[in-house]
Amino acid sequence: MTTSTATSTTATPTTRAPQRIDPSAAVARTTSRSSLQATWVQVLAMAWRALKKMRRKPEQFFDVLIQPLLFTAMFAFIFGGAISGSVSNYLPVLIPGILAQTALTVCMATGVQLREDMDKGVFDRFKSLPIARIAPLAGPMIADLIRYGIASVLTVVTGLLIGYRPGGGVLGCVGGVALTVIAGWSLAWIFTWLGTMARSAQSVQGISMMIMFPLTFLSNAFVPADTLPGWLEAFVKVNPVSHVVSAVRDLLNDGAVTAEVGWAVIGCAIVVAVFAPLAVRSYSRKM
Amino acid sequence: MADLSAVRADSLVKNFGDFRAVDGIDLHVRQGEIFGVLGPNGAGKTTMLRMLATLLPIDGGHAEIFGVDVRREPHRIRQLVGVTGQYASVDEDLTARENLWLFARLQGLTSTRAKTIAGDLLERFGLQEAANRPLSQFSGGMRRRLDLASSLITRPPLIFLDEPTTGLDPRTRGQMWDTIRELVTDGSTILLTTQYLDEADQLAGRVAVIDRGRKVAEDTPDALKTQVGDSTLQLRLADGADTALAADVVRRLLGEDPVLTPESGRMNIPLPDPDRAADVLIGLREAGLGISSVSVAKPTLDEVFLALTGHGADEPQMEAAR
Ligand SMILES: Nc1ncnc2c1ncn2[C@@H]1O[C@H](COP(=O)(O)OP(=O)(O)OP(=O)(O)O)[C@@H](O)[C@H]1O
Ligand SMILES: [Mg+2]
Repeated sequence: MTTSTATSTTATPTTRAPQRIDPSAAVARTTSRSSLQATWVQVLAMAWRALKKMRRKPEQFFDVLIQPLLFTAMFAFIFGGAISGSVSNYLPVLIPGILAQTALTVCMATGVQLREDMDKGVFDRFKSLPIARIAPLAGPMIADLIRYGIASVLTVVTGLLIGYRPGGGVLGCVGGVALTVIAGWSLAWIFTWLGTMARSAQSVQGISMMIMFPLTFLSNAFVPADTLPGWLEAFVKVNPVSHVVSAVRDLLNDGAVTAEVGWAVIGCAIVVAVFAPLAVRSYSRKM
Repeated sequence: MADLSAVRADSLVKNFGDFRAVDGIDLHVRQGEIFGVLGPNGAGKTTMLRMLATLLPIDGGHAEIFGVDVRREPHRIRQLVGVTGQYASVDEDLTARENLWLFARLQGLTSTRAKTIAGDLLERFGLQEAANRPLSQFSGGMRRRLDLASSLITRPPLIFLDEPTTGLDPRTRGQMWDTIRELVTDGSTILLTTQYLDEADQLAGRVAVIDRGRKVAEDTPDALKTQVGDSTLQLRLADGADTALAADVVRRLLGEDPVLTPESGRMNIPLPDPDRAADVLIGLREAGLGISSVSVAKPTLDEVFLALTGHGADEPQMEAAR
């Protein structure tokens, strides 16, 4: 006399799968891990998801658009005269520096957004699906390549507009932008790892700031290293960001693929090799 | 495979710090059945399901699903189990169709196949009109249906449903029940949790009652109900002060004590047979005790609990029941 099973008249089976489910066949079909090809498909699917989100929340692009425009112009006119004597002399020093700084800012957003995303209900489903643990981490990072691309192209274009004439020509510029994108993408694995470790998006933001500021300002990004006191110069010289900046300068200003470029690429590879596995491990544990 | 069990768990344990949320539960679900796990808030239902679904590490004990070890082969388990959690795990920023397409792609379906399946599932769950709307415009019931649809993409042989109808209106609830029955007709096995005895009664062939992380009973819904009487006479006395007198009358007539509820003057009387309701009412009239409301109902979870554990489902934990 309680709730009777209300005879539902809604759209029920029209397209019912024909055969019955056979558990032993299903068990026989299972695999103990995702193949490399399957993993790649999963990463792309997660990248597709991230792109959809970007399109629906364009305010995410704020940092990518504002920073290159504002900082390039501002730094050029404020510091140009003091550091290099004139704005046009400063631009070859500044543009690669801004490129590195912008890439790092985008990296930071990667970590914060991942943390925010991981707190959502849908991550429970990702964890319950038979997918490689790297897919939910690597997918958004592939989508982020677009952000690195936009940010670096915009920086170079702003530079060109205010009088920057890169000695490396078109090829040098393409190389410099490419190296920036590679470096940003590689360093983003550090922030992804932080994202999987931290308790909240705010804490990722806080920790990332603490890492980012010394890395960018205690580097040769905005000033030549030899103008600094000795102890600071020592730090600046080992700072990986300095190497990326020098490499980008070589590419943009001289069109030269120097040893610095080689070191920067090797450094990026090492960062990925160390932090990608760390991030995947910490993500798998957090269940 | 000779072994016909879908889930076989032995003394599962989960600790959160010092707190033991699941305390040695054995579970044996046969292939092709609907198995219900019944328990009040905080009993450990979700925790147990999450361990079996590889979403939480198992702290103690052993679990197998279709003979596959949960702890050692999580990736295989994830291919065998469709999980519909207590809270919808779908992407709020995508549309319903995009959600299904994404989950299908992640599980290795080709893009076209993923599209077809997404379309089929949307139709089957009555979501085709809302298919391209953002999820933020979805009602709770639509979200639950999409969540269940998302668990069925690869037609997994075992499906976990964590409180599938909590918060649904009666009609939607009935539809959900029908859907669950269809899944079993297709050959799936279902492990569901619920807080409602009537839901377990409607759906499940067998039920485990858990409380404070332990299994306190396991039986068919009918057998559980007979432990508390087939139905219950619920009445409220006109004057709360008459409670003791009324209890005496009931004891004399039925040979059993009524269950007093915290509300003054209200009592629930388990009836071995609905016919006896009349006896009780006449007895009270003869004793000169007025009644302000009366109803006959199926036993509730609370009464099952009281009968099985000696404490109510909502009662704060006072002393160990065993
Ligand atoms: N991550 C966690 N950390 C600490 N304690 C937890 C955690 N998850 C669950 N608990 C505790 O474990 C106990 C069991 O929780 P669980 O969610 O399994 O209960 P439930 O039976 O699903 O209840 P409900 O009906 O409310 O969903 C609760 O006391 C809860 O507070
Ligand atoms: Mg629960």
